Amino acid sequence: MIAIIDYGMGNLRSVHNAFKFIAPQIESVVTSDPAIISKADRIVFPGQGAMPDCIRELEKRGLREIVKDSATSKPFLGICIGLQMLFDESEEGDVQGLGIFRGNVKRFKSFNNIKIPHMGWNEVYQETVHPIWENIGSAERFYFVHSYYVEEEDSSIKTGTANYGDKFTAAVAYKNIFAVQFHPEKSAEPGLQLLKNFISWTV
Amino acid sequence: MGLAKRIIPCLDVNAGRVVKGINFIDLQDAGDPVEIAKKYNEEGADEITFLDITASSDNRDLILDIIESVAKQIFIPLTVGGGVRSPDDVRRLLNAGADKISINTSAIINPELVAEVSSRFGSQCIVVAIDAKKVGNQWEVFTHGGRKSTGLDAVEWAKRMVDLGAGELLITSMDRDGTKQGFDVALTKLISDAVEVPIIASGGVGNLQHLVDGVLLGGADAVLAASIFHYGEYTIHEAKEFMHNNNVEIRL
Repeated sequence: MIAIIDYGMGNLRSVHNAFKFIAPQIESVVTSDPAIISKADRIVFPGQGAMPDCIRELEKRGLREIVKDSATSKPFLGICIGLQMLFDESEEGDVQGLGIFRGNVKRFKSFNNIKIPHMGWNEVYQETVHPIWENIGSAERFYFVHSYYVEEEDSSIKTGTANYGDKFTAAVAYKNIFAVQFHPEKSAEPGLQLLKNFISWTV
Repeated sequence: MGLAKRIIPCLDVNAGRVVKGINFIDLQDAGDPVEIAKKYNEEGADEITFLDITASSDNRDLILDIIESVAKQIFIPLTVGGGVRSPDDVRRLLNAGADKISINTSAIINPELVAEVSSRFGSQCIVVAIDAKKVGNQWEVFTHGGRKSTGLDAVEWAKRMVDLGAGELLITSMDRDGTKQGFDVALTKLISDAVEVPIIASGGVGNLQHLVDGVLLGGADAVLAASIFHYGEYTIHEAKEFMHNNNVEIRL
C-alpha cells in the first residue's frame, strides 16, 4: 500500500490520480493517520504552498515523527515542498525543517529577468544513476512550480539538476529516499514513468 | 537549455460542453471536454485552460465533473477560470483536480479575495486574468468582455495583483481578442517587465508567427490560444515546431 501523506496543505488529488492511473491494482491512500502511514509499504510526501506553513500543519497533526521514521525505513518519495521540508531551514520563514538532510532552502534571485515562481517545463539532468531514473532520458523535461530551491551541504545526495538563472538541485537521493522539486504527477509521460519506477523500486 | 515557453490551448466550456471548435474529425464527440483535452495532451500541450462560460447557475457544477474526469486521465497542469467568486469556489475546483484557478472580475470587485485565496491555497495556484484595452496612451482594465471600463490602469493593477499574491498573470488584449491580428505585444511587454511573476499572453492569435512574437517581442512566458487550435488550422505540435525553429525554447 502507498500512503500519500496529507497534512492539509494543497491538493493531493493529482498525486493520487496519477498512482491510480499507472497502477490501479496497487492500493494508494491519501492519509494523515499515523497507523496507516506506519503500515504502508511506500510513502509519498507531497507539498504545495509555503514550506513554513507545511511544517506547521505537519506538526499540528502530530506527523513530524512518523514522517521522519518512514524516511529512514521504506521507499520514500518527496515532491516539491516535500523535498524542501527534508532540509534544515528555509529563507521562506522561521521554522525548523525535518533536518534529514543538511542544507537550506533558498529563494531564486530575480536577476537576468528571470520570473519567479519558476513555472513550467524544464530539463532535468541526471547527475547519478538511480533506479528511479530508469527509462527516463537525461535532459527530459518535467513540470516545475516553485520559488525556492534546496542547497544541500553533501553534494553526493544530488541526483538531478536544472538550470534557472543558475544551476540548482532538482532531485536528491539517499538510501530509501528520493525527492524531487518538480511535479511528476503533472509531467506527462516522463512523470508517470518516474512514479512507475518508484512503485517498483526495491531499496 | 532551461525553462521552456508554454503553449496553452484554452477551451470554452458551456454547461459541460466545449462550445468552440469542433474540427477534430477523428473525435467521436468533439464537444466532449475530456476527449478534446486528451487530444491536446497527445499533441503536446504544456497546460490546458478551461474557461467556464456557463451563464446559468444550475449548470455551473458541471465544470467540477469535467475537471474531475480530465484530471484522472491527463497528467499536465489544468487551469480553470470563469465565475470564480469565493474561496469556496477555489477550494472546490482544486479538490476536483484543477492545479491553478484563474480569477478575473471577482478580483476587481474584491481585490482581497486574491490575498485570501493565495495565502490559503498558495500563490502557485492563483492566476489573475486581466482584460485590458488601450485608452489613449495607456491600457485600462475592462470587464464584461471589454465593454465596461474599470478606470484602472492595467500595469498598476497587474502590480497590485502580484503584491496581493497572484502567482501568474493572464493578460488578454480586448482590442485584439477575436481579430487574429496577433497579441498586443506592447501591452504584454509592459506588464511582463513590471512584475516578477510569469505572464501568459492572450487575445488575437491568428497564425504561428504571432505565438513567436508574443514570446520574443512581448516577453511572455506562455501563450494562450483558442481558435487556431480548435478549428484545426494548426496542431499544437505544428505550433511547437514553428516556435522551436524560430528560436523559442519549447518542450518538443
